[in-house]
Amino acid sequence: MQQKLLSLRHVGKTFSANIEALRDMSLTVAEGDFLSLLGPSGCGKSTALRLIAGLSDPTTGQIAWHGDQTDHSIGFVFQEPTLMPWATVERNVWLPFRLTGKSFSSVQDTIRESLALVGLENFAESYPRELSGGMKMRVSIARALATNPRIILMDEPFAALDEINRFRLNNDLLKLREKLGCTIIFVTHSVFESVFLSNRIAVMAARPGRVIRELEIGAPYPRDERFRTSADYVAHCRTTSEALQESMDGHD
Amino acid sequence: MQSESSSELQTATEDTGIYIVDDEERRRLLRRRIERISKWCLPAIVLLLTVWYWDRIVHWNEIPHYILPSPGRVISTLLADWPILLDALLITLQITCLALAVAVIGGAGLAILFTQSRFIQMSLFPYAVILQVTPIVAIAPLIFIYVESKIAGLLICAWIVAFFPILSNTTLGLNSTDHNLRDLFRIYGASRWQQLLHLQIPTALPYFLGGLRIAGGLALIGAVVAEYVAGTGGIGSGLAFTILEAGYRLNIPRMFAALLLIAGTGVMIFTVLSLLSHLLLHKWHESAIKRDS
Repeated sequence: MQQKLLSLRHVGKTFSANIEALRDMSLTVAEGDFLSLLGPSGCGKSTALRLIAGLSDPTTGQIAWHGDQTDHSIGFVFQEPTLMPWATVERNVWLPFRLTGKSFSSVQDTIRESLALVGLENFAESYPRELSGGMKMRVSIARALATNPRIILMDEPFAALDEINRFRLNNDLLKLREKLGCTIIFVTHSVFESVFLSNRIAVMAARPGRVIRELEIGAPYPRDERFRTSADYVAHCRTTSEALQESMDGHD
Repeated sequence: MQSESSSELQTATEDTGIYIVDDEERRRLLRRRIERISKWCLPAIVLLLTVWYWDRIVHWNEIPHYILPSPGRVISTLLADWPILLDALLITLQITCLALAVAVIGGAGLAILFTQSRFIQMSLFPYAVILQVTPIVAIAPLIFIYVESKIAGLLICAWIVAFFPILSNTTLGLNSTDHNLRDLFRIYGASRWQQLLHLQIPTALPYFLGGLRIAGGLALIGAVVAEYVAGTGGIGSGLAFTILEAGYRLNIPRMFAALLLIAGTGVMIFTVLSLLSHLLLHKWHESAIKRDS
């Protein structure tokens, strides 16, 4: 049994205009999980992620960390690369260290390693504007990985990329996870992406946002391009798709 | 897409040494070359023609130099009166630069204060606007009544005119940070100070530099206008006073020479500030990158 890392207990979030973004959402994340939050837009996926990141507080319920109570470290990858245009790639990856008072030279090796993991070791001194969309996203991932956080939160990180780049980054993300054993919560609205990447999928429904189904994707890692065309993959996609359909049927 | 195709072109250049791919490309390059040359040549031609025509008008109509001096006479006066004019130029330049420096410190400092506390912004911003929209010519006489030192009076006037674009641009810049980056700073537990230093100030830099370029010209205008109002002679008289005084004496060539120096100073300030802006931004900011190509 994997160790529990994070629990959401009956979490609800209502915004000032009486918009109920989340209602009674309960979810447990275990160490090493790759959990996808899948749902139509407006189902509160991103709100849930922001609550976990501590960017806003739940109206009801609570979010609890298990194990080491002193370490709530988080890596966050947004839909946009969210890089500082005035800083070089390595200086961007330095940011989380810099904010905790670490000098650049003291973490330079860690930064280089992290960039090597995403295949950008030769672009350390480039500026973001010199990189393509996919490369910028890799820098963003390198920055999230560099501090070796307990959990990485990703908010539709590949939604703005073309399919070829998205597939490539999907594969690379799985390889990284294999190597580092990190825990990831991944927000997406793509059935195919969630099945390919995750071992667990929480299917969410909108108005108010909540989890209506939890699915296990039992296919073993490492997964590669062959998995994308396997019968197993197709079967999982069908189940997930049906669950998603169910989440939308109840409402429209 | 565009950058890809241009990099392809560049590889073609390196391999073959030939840039031209087809007729369309040839025409495009030719057009670009003509444009590049015209950018410098056309203004120069306009200047030459104007000066020549001015000279001819004076010559043909035998206009006396105390009504309209010929360009040659303006230049010779500029050289002959150089010691007087240089002293005046240095004073105007000194006032302008000092006022600009104070405007930078005051404008940017106030902008930072504004973003740190909305209450301070609410309290003071309306008065900054009022100070800006009231013509300096109307305020200056009052300032010279209450301020003993003439230099200090000039400085205050130039500062009032120059600080507002810096204040408003920098405030806008400090408030224009990317909301995702702001969230990221919060996730990593950044302090207010770190957020200001590593996020807000770099974001505001291009806005600040835009304001600075406007403020440079305004500081000069402020210094000149204030000097007209101050009007008194003696020690510490700049170019504006030189123009006034030369006017009283019907020394029209010297008026032109001083005017030439003021215009030159304005151009120089603008060039220096544009260069500074380019140096600070050319590696990363869109505006500076576009200017490169």
